[in-house]
Amino acid sequence: MRIVIVDDSGLRATVLEDGLREAGYDDIHLVPPLGAWVAKLERMAPDVVLMDLGSPSRDTLEEMLAVSRALARPIAMFVDQSDEAMIGAAIDAGVSAYVVDGLRKERVKPVLDLAIRRFRAFASMRAELDEARTALAERKTIDRAKAILMESRNLSEADAYSLLRSTAMNQSRRIIEVAEALITASDLLGGKS
Amino acid sequence: MTPISIAFLPLTDCAVLVAAKEKGFAAEAGFDLRLIRTTSWAETRDRLVYGQAEAAHLLAPLAVGVSLGISQHRCPLAAPFKLNVNGNIFVMGTEFAQALDPDPVHRIEDPLATAHDFAAAIGLYRRKPIIGMVHRLSSHALALRYWLASAGIDPDRDVAMPVLPPSFMADALRAGEIDGYIAGSPWGLVAVDRGLAETVMVSARIWQRGVEKLLAFREEWMESNPETVDRLLVALSAAAAWCDEPENRDELAALLSAPEYINLDPRIILPSLSGRFPVRAGAPPADVPDAMIFHREAAGFPWRSQALWIYSQFVRWGFIQLSAENERLAGNVFRPDVYRRALGASGLPMPGASMKLEGSLSSPLPVGSSSGTLTLGPDRFFDGRIFDPARIEEYLAGFDT
Repeated sequence: MRIVIVDDSGLRATVLEDGLREAGYDDIHLVPPLGAWVAKLERMAPDVVLMDLGSPSRDTLEEMLAVSRALARPIAMFVDQSDEAMIGAAIDAGVSAYVVDGLRKERVKPVLDLAIRRFRAFASMRAELDEARTALAERKTIDRAKAILMESRNLSEADAYSLLRSTAMNQSRRIIEVAEALITASDLLGGKS
Repeated sequence: MTPISIAFLPLTDCAVLVAAKEKGFAAEAGFDLRLIRTTSWAETRDRLVYGQAEAAHLLAPLAVGVSLGISQHRCPLAAPFKLNVNGNIFVMGTEFAQALDPDPVHRIEDPLATAHDFAAAIGLYRRKPIIGMVHRLSSHALALRYWLASAGIDPDRDVAMPVLPPSFMADALRAGEIDGYIAGSPWGLVAVDRGLAETVMVSARIWQRGVEKLLAFREEWMESNPETVDRLLVALSAAAAWCDEPENRDELAALLSAPEYINLDPRIILPSLSGRFPVRAGAPPADVPDAMIFHREAAGFPWRSQALWIYSQFVRWGFIQLSAENERLAGNVFRPDVYRRALGASGLPMPGASMKLEGSLSSPLPVGSSSGTLTLGPDRFFDGRIFDPARIEEYLAGFDT
């Protein structure tokens, strides 16, 4: 079974490809939707095309499927409309799958299940990465605010932090908000920080 | 509050939905309106068809196509409300445009002459022109095919029409992947603004009251939630009235320009509302009356004859067979009965009929209305043809292609 992954996010495509290879599929091709990618896809004659549901290139692909005479067999989104649970899971996970006509449902289902799991894993990985990035940025801001307090009020680092924390608690705000306000105020007052 | 999700594609004609949310019309009617931005029509369609959204901002021909089963999974859709009339722009790269009338305003004003100039220009061009389309089942594609064919151009033979998302068109033009494109506002204006292209044709001059985007539901969902649907239509109709007021245009352009909607400078969005279109970098803009209509002339009313016109063009271009069953399925997508039920008590002018001759009015005409006075605007096709929904075969026989 020839599987083509159309994706412009290199990382997500790799995550998906690795999963498919581990599961024993070896005829897998990555096609980024750039330049003459539709012609390339046609030449490959895939059995299954996997794509991000939100990819801007899906209309282009569907147009090719509608007009192409190069594909020997019609290819359409999802394989069996009766499996509504699977289709729902795929849509929720952001997977769209175009499957060649005549390919048996039992052969497609494991591929789609795997794609759903990998897309979900990728989404949570990205969310964690975003979270880590935010946490790092917040720590830097808090460090700057602590430095301002340490210098202007001659406090130790621990005291500067506890001052930030108690101020935040008293005002029912987050520490990061208090730190940002302090940095802004210090900048306005011409402080060096 | 009733939660409701509506999928949309970033275009000027999602204005009514954006105004409903941002100007409080939805909240006032008791809705927690969630607008889901999508990047392709396939995604908008799937979110609607597979139930991730209750409704969608959808190309009218795509809604008809999904209901007929010619765009992936067949699903009966129902549209009780049109989100706008008109709004598409056809531009060609500056090199190709040189072979056309040097005055872009003349080009727009005389589509018939321009179509013939275009036919001649195809022969002079270094390759078969590649024209980007937003979707095979779009009002844009149907208008472009209709216009090209009027000058004897076979759109399936004489030009190439690849599909690209509207927001990618200007970059594809600059990269030389396409020679021109037809897209909804404001994307048609982007390439003109950047000096890459010139305006060749505007859809409001092909069909003066061209059906464009719909508010589409899954038919089954719409039938099971009549109270919600009626309340939503009342809110959207109020939002549409707000969008149509010239004094609100600046504010509307600013709302639409936000990153969660169109994400483009309001300076580029405003002309698609005001109708003062840039036609060539550095040249004075052209005035295109009725560039986009949201509310007046009962613009939201889904005339069944318009769904049938779309069907007639599907048959003309071989997308589907002529049959009584297909005609019935296509006509049923537009639901004037639901529009009347929802807005009957609103005091808005309400058309008495559900079908009309399309293309028969060359000047505004007061028509039969069950409440208020209703004046319909001129709705001519540029070639003067009239579509009688009761005589589709005869209408189709009148075309060479």
